[in-house]
Amino acid sequence: MLSIQNLHATVGDKPILKGVTLDVPAGQVHAIMGPNGAGKSTLSYVLTGRGGYEVTEGSASLNGEDLLALEPNERAAKGVFLSFQYPLEIPGVPALTFIRTALNAQRRARGEDEIAAPAFLKLAKEKAAALKIDFEMLKRGLNVGFSGGEKKRMEILQMAMLSPKFLILDETDSGLDIDALKIVSEGVNALRAPDRGMLVITHYQRLLDYIKPDRVHVLAAGRIVASGGPELAHQLEAEGYDKYTVAAA
Amino acid sequence: MTLALALKTGDLTQLPSRRDEDWRWTDLRGLIRTAPPASPAFDGEIAPGPFDALAADTILFVNGRQRHAAASGAGDVVALRFVSATEGAGHAATYAIVVEPDTTLVLLESHEGQAAGYMSDVTLDIAVGEGARVERIVLVDDHAEAIDIVTAEVDLAPGATYVQTVLTSGARRQRVETRVNHPGAHANVRLDGVYVLDHQRHADQTTVVTHGGVDGVTGQLTKGVVTDQARGVFQGRIVVQPGADQTDARMGHHALILSDKAEVDAKPELLIFADDVACAHGNTIGALDDEAIFYARQRGIPEAEARAMLTQAFLGEVVERIEHDGARAIAAAWVAQRLGRAQ
Repeated sequence: MLSIQNLHATVGDKPILKGVTLDVPAGQVHAIMGPNGAGKSTLSYVLTGRGGYEVTEGSASLNGEDLLALEPNERAAKGVFLSFQYPLEIPGVPALTFIRTALNAQRRARGEDEIAAPAFLKLAKEKAAALKIDFEMLKRGLNVGFSGGEKKRMEILQMAMLSPKFLILDETDSGLDIDALKIVSEGVNALRAPDRGMLVITHYQRLLDYIKPDRVHVLAAGRIVASGGPELAHQLEAEGYDKYTVAAA
Repeated sequence: MTLALALKTGDLTQLPSRRDEDWRWTDLRGLIRTAPPASPAFDGEIAPGPFDALAADTILFVNGRQRHAAASGAGDVVALRFVSATEGAGHAATYAIVVEPDTTLVLLESHEGQAAGYMSDVTLDIAVGEGARVERIVLVDDHAEAIDIVTAEVDLAPGATYVQTVLTSGARRQRVETRVNHPGAHANVRLDGVYVLDHQRHADQTTVVTHGGVDGVTGQLTKGVVTDQARGVFQGRIVVQPGADQTDARMGHHALILSDKAEVDAKPELLIFADDVACAHGNTIGALDDEAIFYARQRGIPEAEARAMLTQAFLGEVVERIEHDGARAIAAAWVAQRLGRAQ
């Protein structure tokens, strides 16, 4: 599924990723944990092609296809979805319009027919209800005036509508209260599937109580410094990141 | 060489003289030694005409201004078209509109270039009676080589409502100016604008709102998108005269510049001579938000489509404020079409 080999990346001239190697097979959920400044968000942006990040060495591929050679929208059409830590507000573009535009752009890129309006609305109603999102909210400007929790739910709704192959969740738990965290986690868990992989980036172990990972990796100073089973997350919660930041430095 | 031009410019050499073959026996230039002042707008009562009883609709010119007397009753929609149809020719028109107290008028005004390189000058006088309500939509669609000046003098009575949206795509030189006499007294004004400019087009949207009495409200939102070497100009002046307390005036102008050589010049002015007023203006000029573009692309929307979507949404905020449903739909389609050309 997702294969990252010796990935190096810089922002400006500053090296942030210094040789990340990671494999996430289809059907698995891997968590990336690490202290602030370890390069967690950088990894998610490099994988999705955001401007300002330069890959200086290494590779990243999805099902054997080189991601780094593709435009951000092409990567999305191949099935890469990033749930943003801070989802953008898009005034003047209703959420429904935005999602439908995205879905149809992806379908066109894959040579598929566009989705018909009635089928799209039916799907949107169904998915919104599952995430306890008031359908009327989807007629307003995307994320405009939404609370942190509402924005995160809107990310999960987009995920459910676009049905990507590989999900990257960047600090999806930040700014969520317990109720919102449960709803969001249920939404993510509903997307677990044998042909779908997930990378869950988080600072805290809390999210991993709800979205149970198959593997946990520790990212510190731009490298994966430790990997293990779900128990590693609990160990980090108890001991902190000190031992890794010291070791990485 | 016409009288109208000479009257308009005060330049007597513009008058036809006996050296002009068609005027050789009716010399005006030899006759008129000083230019008269322009006739003022006349909003007062006019005595009934001789054929009023025979006509269903009457178009009345007063002091050189054609006057539309809005029918009483709600929902009066009037289309007002100014068409320039001759290449290289210049013309001026004036028109006066009197909106009777407690009536409503939707004025759908279009300036249409159907030839190249013309000059057009249109002056409107709009008098809005007590408690009356006017929505004016102005769509200015000129030829790239045209010179077009549109000026409206709007005079409001107490309790009147005047809302306006000007949509322009520029010309070689183009200016749409609106001057509002605001009496306060719960009169309510909204002046909005949209400009979409490409190539070397120039558009100027100028407004002057003068608050003369207490309790007046003015809201303004103008947004523009410029690309290539186009130039947008926004001048918004709000004057609050002494004694015009409790005035609430808010002005916003926001522009997107999509190319290195495009230009936007903005001059918001608040001239406040009264106490206890709420006045504010906001003015921003910049590019599209890169983060928003990346967000849309991450969801699969190609860059050009993302830019078009965000640009249209940017202008959509103004278009959405148009109250008349049909006019709003036409304005939205026009903006989409112009943006498609400008991208």
